[in-house]
Amino acid sequence: MDNIVTHAPDFFSNSQAEATKAIARSLWNRVLTSVCVALSLLTLVPLVSIIYLVLKNGLPLLSWSVFTQLPPAAGMVGGGFGNAVIGTIVMVGIGLLMSGPLGILSAIYINEYAPASRLAQAVRIVAKLLTGIPSIICGVFAFAIVVSTTGRFSAFAGGVALAVLMLPTILLTSEQALMGVQSAFREASYGLGATKFQTIVRIVLPDALPAIMTGIMLAVARAAGETAPLIFTALFSQFWAKSLSEPTASLSVLIYNFSTVPFPHQIQMAWTASLVLVAFVTLANITAQLVFSKKH
Amino acid sequence: MTEDAARSSATQTPGRPDFLTVRNFDFFYGKKQALFDINMDIPEKRVTAFIGPSGCGKSTLLRNFNRMNELIEGVHYSGDIKLLGQSIYNKEVEVIALRRSIGMVFQKSNPFPKSIYENIVYGLRISGEKKKSVLDEAVERSLRGAALWDEVKDRLHESALGLSGGQMQRLCIARAIANRPKVLLMDEPCSALDPIATVKVEELIHELKQEFTIVIVTHNMQQATRCSDKTAFFYLGKLIEYAETQKIFSNPGQKQTEDYITGRFG
Repeated sequence: MDNIVTHAPDFFSNSQAEATKAIARSLWNRVLTSVCVALSLLTLVPLVSIIYLVLKNGLPLLSWSVFTQLPPAAGMVGGGFGNAVIGTIVMVGIGLLMSGPLGILSAIYINEYAPASRLAQAVRIVAKLLTGIPSIICGVFAFAIVVSTTGRFSAFAGGVALAVLMLPTILLTSEQALMGVQSAFREASYGLGATKFQTIVRIVLPDALPAIMTGIMLAVARAAGETAPLIFTALFSQFWAKSLSEPTASLSVLIYNFSTVPFPHQIQMAWTASLVLVAFVTLANITAQLVFSKKH
Repeated sequence: MTEDAARSSATQTPGRPDFLTVRNFDFFYGKKQALFDINMDIPEKRVTAFIGPSGCGKSTLLRNFNRMNELIEGVHYSGDIKLLGQSIYNKEVEVIALRRSIGMVFQKSNPFPKSIYENIVYGLRISGEKKKSVLDEAVERSLRGAALWDEVKDRLHESALGLSGGQMQRLCIARAIANRPKVLLMDEPCSALDPIATVKVEELIHELKQEFTIVIVTHNMQQATRCSDKTAFFYLGKLIEYAETQKIFSNPGQKQTEDYITGRFG
């Protein structure tokens, strides 16, 4: 009889000791669950407070005119940061045009064509090292190869710095995305007489695209917020850029400049620029998720 | 003689007994030998079943018929496999063309994450076919051939991933026959299906042998008796016995075969 009781569910146990143990276990379970919930809520605190602060301080000056006007001179009021918005978009765009194709094509090579080759292993290691490199180094690098050779700060140099920054993220997330494509799809395609190229273009890439786009958005979000690489390369400008080969304003450098001056209006404008930057990145993210989310 | 004429005349006369031939075939994964000196003739327009315990080499041999094993690094072979007298390893036989004439259905159904229609026409599209009339015709012919047309004709442009497991496997069969192959290789096509879906696929195999030469790998011996004409028993990489299915299961010539089919091992 004793044997049967010890194997029966605890709540139906006749033994007092068994019942006490069961209650203790159930209590412990509740305590741990509560701790997990509390910690999850805690991680929300910094996120929510950043958004709250940016909204609270940034909204008052937000209007259409900040997108159409040039930055106010020191001590002046009014104005906007239209040139910085365009500068950021242009430089992130240049960075993406350079790093996107390079990153995705390299990922295709190292995952589809020669995954075990020495070249592939070398590329993987270098890319992983590059992800950890401080962004200021990318700025110094672009300064050395573009600014000092052309003799001027430019949007192009800023784009190069951002490209170096984005490349490893795009390459590694694209490789992960390609690895995530079921090998059964590849087999089916080869089994029907497809070449490697056809299999990649028609089956592998479409399936990996949502994950690749997520990687690209991560890279864009990071690049759009970077200040250090741009200070060395694009510098800043109070004016509308007329070409890619002149100093160019960006939101991140504007925020950096304006938040360190003693003028309340400029500080307010730095908050508004922060709001615009956060909104820009968030919108880009949501759009990418919606457009490229798997239809199947 | 046109392709269709060849097909119809062949259904009236018995097919070639040596449609697909294997001669002195050894196969290695790196240093590990997986097949030892295989010799067999697979007859035209009949169903040949490969049976044997896991790891006996039956799938390996099947995957050599359309050279799928070449996708794995470090494999090599000796001996020869011929389709209609022509070596499939001949330099002139492009592996692309070979895989179009020897279709394959996999153990786990693997429709592409595309519409039913696009799944069927994949083989035609990659060979450059663009005419909508040709593609439409191929879709209907292949789906009818795979006994799936009535179930899916109203949702050809919906995702193939919305089909049931059995329908997906029949879709994969339809996709393979859309290429009008000569041989259809099936690698345990029913192992992931429920009994009802299995019966449907087996009935389908019976229909398909009017037109195609079929080689099926199966772990299910009842399945081999139900749907195959000839059966080959493999053990430890060797072809132990190859004969009419009826003979293999009623009066096996080898003790190992008898032990396996009576469930004494494997």
